[in-house]
Amino acid sequence: MAMAAVTPLHPRTAPLVRAGTWRRWAGFVVASGYDPHPDREYAAIRSAAALIDISPLYKYRIAGPDAVRLLDRVVTRDVTRCRVDQALYTTWCDGAGKVIDDGMVSRLDDTTFLLTGTTPSLRWLSMNAVGLDVALEDRSAATATLALQGPLSRAVLERVAEDDVASLRYFRLMHTKLAGIPAIVSRTGYTRDLGYELWVDAERAVALWDALMAAGTPDGITPAGIWALDTARIEAGHIMADVDYHSAHLALIESRKSSPFELGLGWTVSPDKGPFNGRRALEAEREARPRWRLVGLEVNRESVERLFAEHGLPPRMPAVPWREGRPVYRLGRQVGYATSGCWSPLLQQAIALAHVRAPYHEPGTRLTVEWTVEHRRRQARARVVPLPFFDPERKRA
Amino acid sequence: MSASRYDAIVIGAGHSGLVAAAYLARAGLRTLVLERRPVVGGAAVTEEVFPGFRFSVFSYVVSLLRPEIIRELDLPRHGLRILPLESTFTPLENGDYLVTWADPDETRREVYRHSPRDADALPLFDRLMQQMALAVKPILDMVPPDPTSLAPSDVAGMLRLGKHFRSLGPERFHALYRLLTMSAADFLDEWFEFDPLKATKSASGIIGSFLGPRSPGSAYVLLHHYMGEIDGAFRAWGFQQGGTGAVSEAIASAARAFGAEIRTSAPVARVLVRDGRAYGVALESGDEFEARVVVSGLDPRRTFTELVDPKELPDDLIEAVRRYRFRGSSGKVNLALDGLPDFTCLPGPGPHLRGAISISPSVEYLERAYDDAKYGEFSRSPYMDIVIPSLIDPTMAPTGKHVMSIFVQYAPYHVNGGWTDEKREAFGDAVIDTLSRFAPNLKSLILHRQVLTPADIERITGLSEGSIFQGELALQQLFFLRPAPAWAKYSTPIRGYWQCGSGTHPGGGIMGASGRLAARRILASWG
Repeated sequence: MAMAAVTPLHPRTAPLVRAGTWRRWAGFVVASGYDPHPDREYAAIRSAAALIDISPLYKYRIAGPDAVRLLDRVVTRDVTRCRVDQALYTTWCDGAGKVIDDGMVSRLDDTTFLLTGTTPSLRWLSMNAVGLDVALEDRSAATATLALQGPLSRAVLERVAEDDVASLRYFRLMHTKLAGIPAIVSRTGYTRDLGYELWVDAERAVALWDALMAAGTPDGITPAGIWALDTARIEAGHIMADVDYHSAHLALIESRKSSPFELGLGWTVSPDKGPFNGRRALEAEREARPRWRLVGLEVNRESVERLFAEHGLPPRMPAVPWREGRPVYRLGRQVGYATSGCWSPLLQQAIALAHVRAPYHEPGTRLTVEWTVEHRRRQARARVVPLPFFDPERKRA
Repeated sequence: MSASRYDAIVIGAGHSGLVAAAYLARAGLRTLVLERRPVVGGAAVTEEVFPGFRFSVFSYVVSLLRPEIIRELDLPRHGLRILPLESTFTPLENGDYLVTWADPDETRREVYRHSPRDADALPLFDRLMQQMALAVKPILDMVPPDPTSLAPSDVAGMLRLGKHFRSLGPERFHALYRLLTMSAADFLDEWFEFDPLKATKSASGIIGSFLGPRSPGSAYVLLHHYMGEIDGAFRAWGFQQGGTGAVSEAIASAARAFGAEIRTSAPVARVLVRDGRAYGVALESGDEFEARVVVSGLDPRRTFTELVDPKELPDDLIEAVRRYRFRGSSGKVNLALDGLPDFTCLPGPGPHLRGAISISPSVEYLERAYDDAKYGEFSRSPYMDIVIPSLIDPTMAPTGKHVMSIFVQYAPYHVNGGWTDEKREAFGDAVIDTLSRFAPNLKSLILHRQVLTPADIERITGLSEGSIFQGELALQQLFFLRPAPAWAKYSTPIRGYWQCGSGTHPGGGIMGASGRLAARRILASWG
């Protein structure tokens, strides 16, 4: 038996992967890129419409009279204020206020929610559901998810949707039919661009893919892989569990755990909701100041050029986003580490997400980041900038 | 008078003038840009030529824009968005085709099909061209020193240059010398055997010049176009989203952010000169603006013989400008299409349509196209460099429709009998007929067509003789000879009067380097 499973969209994505560029994600294989270089797929996200298979996300259906109580206890945002057909981006923490995962809570009706995340949550949800009148169902395998992202994504969707998707507001969702296929459409995404995520029964996923590809041709719809998505999400300043932070449930040592404040997600910690996991620790941390901060780094291109020029080489930037940790220094002393980075075609700049010790997180602070050139570990100059790197109006418009 | 008094006035809002203005304003100079047309951009403009169809009317791809300009002017924040242009597709006359793709393995497999030997040569050739581009790159970023001058800055510049060339080592230096003097076809003959590959590569050596692939000097233009490749690692090449006009808009927006004022529909009649010193400009409307420096982004002919009275200038300069070769040799056909062209050799709407389409089936084809031009006719079967931007940026055309940009060579400015409306349409027909041989459905798709001859390019953009580089990129008018000996450092014999267009070093393409270097010289002399 194969070690990694394939997603419901595999029959469509597999023939498009032209150079064997697959990767593993949550037990599935998905395309890193369809082309050997992600430039065109990335460009579709920012200038046309991209179709991305994100089916490996974990999805849990939470239904019952106590669904609100359960979720409100688990996540840091105030779920009692989540209206029907609304979605919330949130973190959830352990008792010590350390982040287990980040993801989305969507309210499908009065008593039914969908929780999506990047780590398995069934056990954690069950433990928190003791004594509550609620039914938990793992919908991960039964539901396929397609991200349709880009400035023309609305135009594509309008052509196949039965209802008025154009009026769907940011972080709202609707039940509708797309090309006759029942689906949930949420105005959400990982790119900070205009975009939607489409939730569909696994067995109808291929039909939905075909319908979108056909309808989207005039809008330049392009299947895009994880490289392209990763570039967009780094520009968007979105972190990723297991890449930019360790889940508190899996961290071997304390220093690997992070609080929402340290990850730049303090805004997801509701200051006035009822009891929830980690509340006491988080309140205390809100008063104190977090020791670590997530920041954006803009890498100085001239300094990278100089490192290459020392060897008589033209400057090279990695063709795909990187995810290995890189030390970050201030005047020769390590003050943090970058966890993911890329060349941003949009900003024409190398950028990275980094964890930096206070007080070196202030925008404008000059740091250096390790940059290996010609087998030598060197340092490139970098500047702390506020996140996100990119935040277009059209995302909300 | 204070309201119309500036530190610097830039004539012409082409990309070079805008770059110069941005740098001057950035340094705190009160800067005014005056543009004759209602739009900024010069030859880098996007216009809705037919309702719903937007075209990069003249210049159509971006590959050479200097990375330091992108960075220093913060152009991405002002709207610079480069979308990838990844392949070159050459349909052949025998029903086959050649495509070079973004991926080297894929390209190798495709070239191997035609010539296993060439497939091996390709990465070696690319390496050499990268080395050559690296060898030339520092020259692009320097103010050309005058080799005949003993001024300390010139001597220092020549020393720096000598040191640089020595550091190349004999092998690379000799290769560079050969590139500077040979024809593109001869140079490529040393590397490849598959003729369509040579033809397609040599085509970038003839763009914008009145040269054939077998004319000496064409190899350098090949290198000029390769310059984008070494920065191509940063993928700063391809289409601008919204057309090349959006590049100009981004530079204009940066200039405004630094405080520059840009006036369109404000044609300058002449530069005001008193006692050998420029002190302002007079518009055709009669309005006058005063400034400490006046910078012309126009080509050398207009800069030295139209904006000022040639009597203000030394005879040898006027003579050099008279000899300076423009010889516009290319035209442009912009098509609004109802659908995608279907090429007989590679049918269907595949990825080959998303890159460049090169009508360059053989070196002989190109040379014959040049033969027509040599004798004063437009090419009956011309070389074409075609792109369909709407495939990558669908907002350029109404949904499901497309815009096609066809760069055509040769269309000599000095055509026999001069350019007339009939001749323009005959030229357009020759282009469509030739392309239809490879894509027979083309004619049935055409909703509108715009045909631009070098005479039209001159009339609309002001580029003398329709020369897209403000003068050919020929060795005798490059570097310290561009545009004229002793006047290659952006200054002119008239104090306070400067030049910054593509007619100065390092010349053509949407590069911006001359605007930046000129601004640097002006600021250095500001005192």
